[in-house]
Amino acid sequence: MQAERVQPDTVEFDVRTDEMLINMGPQHPSTHGVLRVVLRTDGEVVSSVVPHIGYLHRSAEKIAEKLTVRQYLPFTDRLDYLSGMNMNLGWALTVEKLLGHRVSGKTRHLRVIIAELNRIASHLVAAGCMGLDLGSFTPYMWTFREREKILNLFEEICGARLTFSYLLPGGVKEGPPEGWLGRCEAFLDQFEPVIDDLHALLTNNAVFIKRSASVGTLPPETAINYGCTGPVLRASGVDWDIRRDGEPIYTEMYDGYTWRVIAPVGGRYPDDHPYPPIPREAAVGDSWHRFFVRMLEVVQSMGLIRQAIEKYAAAEGELDKPIEIRKKLPAAGAYLETEAPKGQMGFMIIGDGSAIPWRARIRSSSFCHVSVLPELCRGVLIADMPTIIASMDIVLGEIDR
Amino acid sequence: MNAEKIYDLLQKPFKPWLVGRDFEAIDPWIEISLEGLPEIARFLRDQDELAFDLLNCITAVDYFEPDAKKAEKVDWQPHLELLYHLTSLRRKHRLVLKAKLPRWKDGRPGELPEAPSLADVWRTADWHEREVFDLAGVRFTGHPDMRRILCPEDWEGHPLRKDYQMPTEYHGIQVK
Repeated sequence: MQAERVQPDTVEFDVRTDEMLINMGPQHPSTHGVLRVVLRTDGEVVSSVVPHIGYLHRSAEKIAEKLTVRQYLPFTDRLDYLSGMNMNLGWALTVEKLLGHRVSGKTRHLRVIIAELNRIASHLVAAGCMGLDLGSFTPYMWTFREREKILNLFEEICGARLTFSYLLPGGVKEGPPEGWLGRCEAFLDQFEPVIDDLHALLTNNAVFIKRSASVGTLPPETAINYGCTGPVLRASGVDWDIRRDGEPIYTEMYDGYTWRVIAPVGGRYPDDHPYPPIPREAAVGDSWHRFFVRMLEVVQSMGLIRQAIEKYAAAEGELDKPIEIRKKLPAAGAYLETEAPKGQMGFMIIGDGSAIPWRARIRSSSFCHVSVLPELCRGVLIADMPTIIASMDIVLGEIDR
Repeated sequence: MNAEKIYDLLQKPFKPWLVGRDFEAIDPWIEISLEGLPEIARFLRDQDELAFDLLNCITAVDYFEPDAKKAEKVDWQPHLELLYHLTSLRRKHRLVLKAKLPRWKDGRPGELPEAPSLADVWRTADWHEREVFDLAGVRFTGHPDMRRILCPEDWEGHPLRKDYQMPTEYHGIQVK
């Protein structure tokens, strides 16, 4: 009788090593800040993951109980420090919602320009860092080179490069300087061809596809159940973006703009962009799609900025002035979520009739994105951990608050 | 669907648990009693017309005025309040659930009040409840892993309580 042939993978399976606990972080470069993850591994396979957070906890919510809403604004810059403008906007709109304050069309268009510029900057960091975590240095340098130009534009408008405190409740500090809109457009013109380079470097790169396609696949039901939002949710094929589906005070900012929510619904992206082809290996909800959705959102944001520049230039009247520093808040509460680059960023303010909030709450999207890691990383290889963490695009500043 | 209609839907099965509402508020809310929370949450999630599939946020608010002079002027008794912000992605509507609970269990200072966990209804609740436990001091019964999340595990007190006293040192490190 012929002996049964032993398959190589059976041999591999028989050679079992002992279970090991591996500590990753909080100083590990690919944990994107001070995230600590404890992996239980069996050889190269991760059997369970326990994230530990809180290393950057700065009592952000408690501090808000000591300051007026305008004094608190600089603290919001330090939540998601890669998109300070979007944090400012979220806080400003929440204050406006609480006060029943509406800003003029001109202010809204300026806010769209600023928020979308910052979204591009944040997505560039996400794309570059994901490349870096997967072992290629060039995209990191190239994306940071482009982000630098956005930071220069921001420096011109508010004097800061990271902690802007520019979009204030009620309006903006002061309008853009002479010729700024022109320089904004010049940046977009120059940046457009660079996106093709990035697609060539990462999106269609065979190594990148091998490392990210079908890795960390997040089914839509799990994503919603864990409270995942933003590009992470959309990459799982859920057609949801609160720039379109949010509350009126936020969505009216985007009234009159032409744009579509980017999500691979049924495996297909909306077909009004010249996309690079989706690799065969990729599955909806995997790390590759999370990366790809962000890359497409960069193009979309550019379109929004171009429209906003046109509308801003055509808008009549003046920019709104911010509310006074010691403006009294009503004895009521207001909760508002905005679409920050990382996902839905929620702020809540409960007033008690004085100028200082009784309670403030910050709901962070990255917080939910880390909480889904144990689910996502069960059974993956250790080498895939950095890919998955990078594809979630987390920032510990907003997780730990 | 607006909060008023949702309230009507809840009325039939859960009437005794609905204790308050405000449809005119900035974010319309329905107040329920704590014991009915898991069942109402499950109903809100599973009913086809409601379909609240996303739990955005859980917040605990401490209503307590440490200043005795100011405390005379407030129009509430000291209590804690839990806020659940819900969204339905499918139906595109929102709701706020409120539930009140005492600041301390059985009025004994230091004993944390208890609330039922929603971690098996929405997984988001898992980490959010840990945060509420850590910062506001509410123990969630039935939670799979009730431990601190942001503060160190041996931290004392719950910082978002209004009467929280910041310690002067932590393991020999001056913190104040």
